[in-house]
Amino acid sequence: MECLLEQGVDTVFGYPGGSVLNIYDALYEYSDKIRHILTAHEQGASHAADGYARSTGRTGVVIATSGPGATNLVTGLATANMDSVPVVAITGNVGCSSLGLDSFQEVDITGVTIPITKHNYIVKDITKLADTIREAFYLANSGRKGPVLIDVPKDVTAAQCEYTPKQPQPIPVENHTTAHELERAAALIMEAKRPFVYTGGGVIASEAAEPVLELVNRMDAPVSSSLMGQGSFDNTDPRYMGMLGMHGTVTAAKAIENCDLFVGLGTRFSDRVIGDKSTFAKNAKILQIDIDPAEVNKNIGVDLALIGDVKAVLEQLLPLLPQQNHSEWMEQIQSWKQEYPLVMKADDPEAVTPQDVIETLDELTKGDAIITTEVGQHQMWAAQFYKFRHPRSLVSSGGLGTMGYGFGAAMGAQVGNPDKRVINIAGDGSFHMNCNELVTAYKFQIPMIEMLFNNNVLGMVRQWQRLFYGRRFSQTTLDRGTDYMLLAQAYHIKGLRITKKSDIRPVLEEALSLHEPVLIECVIDRDINVLPMVPAGADITKPITHITIEEKEGGAK
Amino acid sequence: MKSKTYVLSILADNHSGVLLRICGLFARRGYNLLSISAAETQDPHISRLTIVTEADDQTLEQIIKQVQKLHEIHEVLNLSGDISVKREHVLVRAGCSEETRDGLIQVANLYRAKVLNVAETELMLELTGSPKKIDSFLRLVKPYGIIKMARSGLIALEREL
Repeated sequence: MECLLEQGVDTVFGYPGGSVLNIYDALYEYSDKIRHILTAHEQGASHAADGYARSTGRTGVVIATSGPGATNLVTGLATANMDSVPVVAITGNVGCSSLGLDSFQEVDITGVTIPITKHNYIVKDITKLADTIREAFYLANSGRKGPVLIDVPKDVTAAQCEYTPKQPQPIPVENHTTAHELERAAALIMEAKRPFVYTGGGVIASEAAEPVLELVNRMDAPVSSSLMGQGSFDNTDPRYMGMLGMHGTVTAAKAIENCDLFVGLGTRFSDRVIGDKSTFAKNAKILQIDIDPAEVNKNIGVDLALIGDVKAVLEQLLPLLPQQNHSEWMEQIQSWKQEYPLVMKADDPEAVTPQDVIETLDELTKGDAIITTEVGQHQMWAAQFYKFRHPRSLVSSGGLGTMGYGFGAAMGAQVGNPDKRVINIAGDGSFHMNCNELVTAYKFQIPMIEMLFNNNVLGMVRQWQRLFYGRRFSQTTLDRGTDYMLLAQAYHIKGLRITKKSDIRPVLEEALSLHEPVLIECVIDRDINVLPMVPAGADITKPITHITIEEKEGGAK
Repeated sequence: MKSKTYVLSILADNHSGVLLRICGLFARRGYNLLSISAAETQDPHISRLTIVTEADDQTLEQIIKQVQKLHEIHEVLNLSGDISVKREHVLVRAGCSEETRDGLIQVANLYRAKVLNVAETELMLELTGSPKKIDSFLRLVKPYGIIKMARSGLIALEREL
């Protein structure tokens, strides 16, 4: 406990059990200094720790017992690992003498989590516990961030040893660029006539939004942000083009086709972004700035890479760059933006579209809320239509694509940001995965808003079935008949519904006026698609912008 | 891109989990692991692993970078080519009858392999050498009937120039 306090931890998420009895006994003693949020399920706790970390920039901490408690963290850790989120998981295990004997609630959680953590430990000696915890926090936050797990057998948590306080080791700022590389980067930028700047999650992790803004103004370049990079560049800035890739904007697609320099900042060139390798930015040189050298030339070959913390590298690069002017290119971008806006069409003019709801939400919260999401169509709509202005305002599972992530993440984000409004944008499929956590939101009176888009289908999968599987809607029509209002009521949570356009504003206003957990169900048509769309592995410069809905019925099995 | 065989020499913390982490990394990222040998160095806290892998240039770059990312790894060197000395060790039990024994012993002598054990119908031979030498030795032993064999996997050290 003292070690956690040393690291500035004041909130942990978790669930007790046999092997962590000693840890929870210590928590009892420290309950005035460390707040423990008891979730309904360890998975919810792991997502909450992750959401807490992403939204605050501090380390998220989750505690679980041995065996099933530990394995229930697996999805949460894998989610944090894919998106480079600093989380420290502490699991109990059976006593050292029972390890390896298939004891009750024993699992080799360090073995299980090697592929999904940055590093992990099993501590078999109490005298090494304090330094291991310190090292775990250090590792979670240094270099490319990520989750670290510490497994502690029960007898080690029972043992006692002298505690020697230590100051947390400062996290060094990584920068491995040479003067020569910086000059080459500056030369590339100055040679470019049609530059394109792309900001990823690394910009947020390194708190580099300010130097990035300075860079793009200096370069006179348009900007696109990845899903993980939402908020690293102000979406309302005229330079912003929207996302790039599978559900990117047409403007970004046109720009990637025509640019002659692509500058990727804190980004790993995910397959969802680059599509077909051979056509990605094919007329452009690629300059990458990232902290992880293993991300260079992994998915796409680059012409030059600067390895280091984005902020630190940019602070060195900026003084070498005189003001550039690409007014013709910027005018071209603006005209594409006008020609190809993101618009969601519904057949029935009275029907509610997610765009209406999310844009109204954006207006009412002035873009100042923290939006968390589950995974699916609603996730893309949130990313497309909410105008993210600040870093850490979108919390979403980008890499792993974890359905069921959002509710826990929203609780974590709300606990870490009590003064902010936190809204989890969800679909009915994802909601059902971890809706058990409604109980936690009520118990701790976490005033988050669950914005549930109910289309009664697994919409994203349905969209793919429509396009690529001959409209054979296998197992994606839910028809579960859940009464969400009754469900909310059962958990003592305020339930509101949006069924027509005129409901949107009053319902959102009411939800935002309350300071308690609220569930809003918004009924939408099941055949609203996420557009534009580029099929997996296809040329991202040729997005699909229209999908014809031939039938309203049938096909479902 | 064309695949080639490469030799990597890795210094790592001498922990029980290190081998698992490296092998797991190769398995899950689909890298080829042709051989691996590991043991303590002069510093008991550090072990040296020698890995032989087959990869194209781009994959090799990824392998080295990904291994370097593991927390307990101190150094990854590419020892492919003439910059290093490479050796492998083999123990082989080969069958022989009264008539063929002399022939098998002659093969052993030719390669300066040692005879470690003599039984009525077989010999146990030991040889250290470059992988190429071991391969050709085994080719000559094979007609006598290889009953069992164990190869150490390659080890390598860079030369001081």
